[in-house]
Amino acid sequence: MHTDRSSTRILRLSRRSFLLRAGGVSLALAFGAQAERAAAQLSDGPPNGLSLQRPNLWVTIGTDDRITLVSPASEMGQGVMTSIPLLIAEEMDADWNKVKILQAPNAKAYGNPEFGGAQATGGSLTTRAFFDPLRLVGAQTRRILLASASAVLGAPIGELTTGPNVVIHRATGRTLSYGAIAASGRFPNPIPEVTLTDLRPAVDWRYIGRDLPRIDVPSKVNGSACFGIDVLLPGMLYGAVARPPVQGEEPISIDDTAAQLIRGVKKIVPLPYGVGVIADDVWAAMKARDALKIIWSRKSRARKYSSDDALAEYQALARGEAGNSLVVVQRGDPPSAFLSAFRVMTSTYVSEHVHQATMEPPTATALVSKGRVDVWGPFQEQTVVESLAAEITGALSEDISIHTTLLGGGFGRKYESDFALDALSLAMALPDQPVKIIWTREDDTQHGKYRPLEAQFVRVGVDRTGQIVAWHHRIVADSITARYHPDQFKKMGGLDPSVTGGIDFNYDVPALLGEYVRVDRGLDVGFWRAIGPGYTKFAVECMLDEMAAATGADALAMRLRLLHQQPRAQRVLRSAAEMSGWERRARGAPLGMAYSDAFGSHCAQVAQIEASRETGEIQVRNVWCAVDPGPVMQPGNVEAQIVGGIIFGISHCLHEQINIVNGEVQQSNFNDYRVLRLSEVPEIHVQVLGSSTDSPGGIGEAGVPAIGAAIANAFAAGYGGHRLRHYPFVPERVKAVLNG
Amino acid sequence: MTTAFVLNGKNVEVDAGADTPLLWIIREQLKLTGTKFGCGIALCGACTVHLDGGAVRSCQTFLRDVVHRRVTTIEGLSANSDHPLQKAWIAEQVPQCGYCQSGQIMQAAALLNANPKPSRREIVEGMDGNICRCGTYPRIIRAIERVIGEI
Repeated sequence: MHTDRSSTRILRLSRRSFLLRAGGVSLALAFGAQAERAAAQLSDGPPNGLSLQRPNLWVTIGTDDRITLVSPASEMGQGVMTSIPLLIAEEMDADWNKVKILQAPNAKAYGNPEFGGAQATGGSLTTRAFFDPLRLVGAQTRRILLASASAVLGAPIGELTTGPNVVIHRATGRTLSYGAIAASGRFPNPIPEVTLTDLRPAVDWRYIGRDLPRIDVPSKVNGSACFGIDVLLPGMLYGAVARPPVQGEEPISIDDTAAQLIRGVKKIVPLPYGVGVIADDVWAAMKARDALKIIWSRKSRARKYSSDDALAEYQALARGEAGNSLVVVQRGDPPSAFLSAFRVMTSTYVSEHVHQATMEPPTATALVSKGRVDVWGPFQEQTVVESLAAEITGALSEDISIHTTLLGGGFGRKYESDFALDALSLAMALPDQPVKIIWTREDDTQHGKYRPLEAQFVRVGVDRTGQIVAWHHRIVADSITARYHPDQFKKMGGLDPSVTGGIDFNYDVPALLGEYVRVDRGLDVGFWRAIGPGYTKFAVECMLDEMAAATGADALAMRLRLLHQQPRAQRVLRSAAEMSGWERRARGAPLGMAYSDAFGSHCAQVAQIEASRETGEIQVRNVWCAVDPGPVMQPGNVEAQIVGGIIFGISHCLHEQINIVNGEVQQSNFNDYRVLRLSEVPEIHVQVLGSSTDSPGGIGEAGVPAIGAAIANAFAAGYGGHRLRHYPFVPERVKAVLNG
Repeated sequence: MTTAFVLNGKNVEVDAGADTPLLWIIREQLKLTGTKFGCGIALCGACTVHLDGGAVRSCQTFLRDVVHRRVTTIEGLSANSDHPLQKAWIAEQVPQCGYCQSGQIMQAAALLNANPKPSRREIVEGMDGNICRCGTYPRIIRAIERVIGEI
């Protein structure tokens, strides 16, 4: 990476001693002329003002009193384009009506500290990472403004305060707008530094905790929002890539006779992993791609992979004495605790591969010119796209611009750079001409990076009174990190927190052992909304219910007891129970409960379901959910994210599966990869409980993990104690369980 | 070969094969990108537009199907983004990623054109062909019911 001596550096020393240091005033903050230059660059930028080049700053204040704030994270529906810049606005006392948001270009300054500085959006880590740093940026900006105003007004700083976009002299009521300060040209040197103790207490928040309209919403109701697929550039060409039926194969013979005859086709481009077509228009590119006759190699290890076989093997591995298991978490003395147990219960839970199925399929646009590379697209990780562009084109990182558009859904799929690779490879073949690639739904469904198929074995020891004395949880799955971040995987000694996330928990058990057995069958696996906790909480929360049933305990009382040191967790459980009428459940339809502590948020859910003995279809009728993510940025958005997470979770536990036979994906589109539709959505009741003095938790994924177990637990309650232990609960499995 | 049709009230002529999906003509040739590609086989509704006032999936509507007919996209639904549904969508803060929402709104607009006071059941039936992966379904219903309540 290039280093810029004058750039503002955010040093994450520790939460307490965090300091912003700058070489000059025009860095974290730009005033006046510089701000106007920045704004001019902004309006020149193709295609939708996305090209402000590496500004290394967060705030620009124009002499016209307009404020531009940079949004460092990718907006994929979770609301970060609003909630993150709002943190700066809060502390600097910006007038939100005068704020314009700019999507960050690729630059180190905008890296996420929680990802070691990589510019990436995921893991529900955006608010958690930027909550302190960006409030400090805002606080420092306010300090600078106060110091400048002090010089202009000839009044001591101590007599000054701020209102929205204005410095106020308390004694005289005189005011100076931020724009006027920018025009004054008087800035403090050295610039004031700030620490966490300078931040506003929660009671003084003007914006945080209030429902401000999302900045991106108006553009999303009139068609003007620019997603990756919407990039239009002068002279733009279209590309499509034929991929092998099994990952890892390569073309060994290409007959492009028919493809070349299609009007508009410009070039056929053999690639190491497929065959690309470049054409004048998108339809020609897609038709020509389909007209290619390709013979593929038959060497891929993935050809030996069939998901049904793998599932059987993984279950055996999970139940057996796996010699190659790694300890993920251990507390107490599990072996002795199991020896002392009065009774030991075991259960195995499994889940199929699932696919992100973002509504916007993978798409990207690239332009390779002399000394410059531009890539546009819906990216979750800019850092990997930048590295890829450097690798493919040989360009230096400072000559590469990544223009992040809005994402039409991410869910982990857009962490991948395979679609950027398509665009870059084809753009390399025709330099100086932008090339856009749009994957079809079939491309997306069949060439995915699916959530790992997995099996989990849970073994629990209880004493005579039914109290848990030992908990053992072993998970068998391939690793995402081994492929995506091989260095990290090695550094962690073969552990993969993405895959095993949620195996550790808030429950107070005297002895806990969590283990991971990595299997590698040659099929790429990837991130998926809520990844590990999406299935580990299924196992944990179902197992608790099975134990409650076996020991005659109440599922709520048992959880409250296990969470006796966790008042926030107890509060969400009690709230969800109260909302759902848990105490009266015997009289109504059966209810099932589950709790998740994943992503730093407490989330309790109760589901009410109906199942048809004839068809095996499960209908979820109601979901009651209480969530506590710590400080609540925008309550309405938290509610929306949790509702969305619950729907995503229901969709995957009822319907979604990717089956693979000899390396070939069996599904291709929404006809056979079923996702939840409007008619299947239950009434969802969410209560958002805040804890403003705690550190923030994530909300983008927090709604997903608990719902599968809540449904399975409701099913057991209502249908003779029968347990659903295999995601998804498709009709044939439900019928088999009911009849078995 | 050129084909003439009416797009958002204006006559347009395009030079493309008759088998080209209307979706790609609208989006990539005529540069109205509000209409989205989702599945290509009329299963998700992201590409919904109006053809002579009724909702159709533009991925399975071909250039030959629209000769001299009226096509309306999200960009042409209202002059100033002020269709009651668009206002309700903002009031209820419906969109998350937003990708499916043009199609949702166009579907809802056609539904209300045909039936200004649909019941909950009729809304669910009318909107069931439009997938939203973010899970904004409850707010979609709220926004439609808000408009019905205003009529």
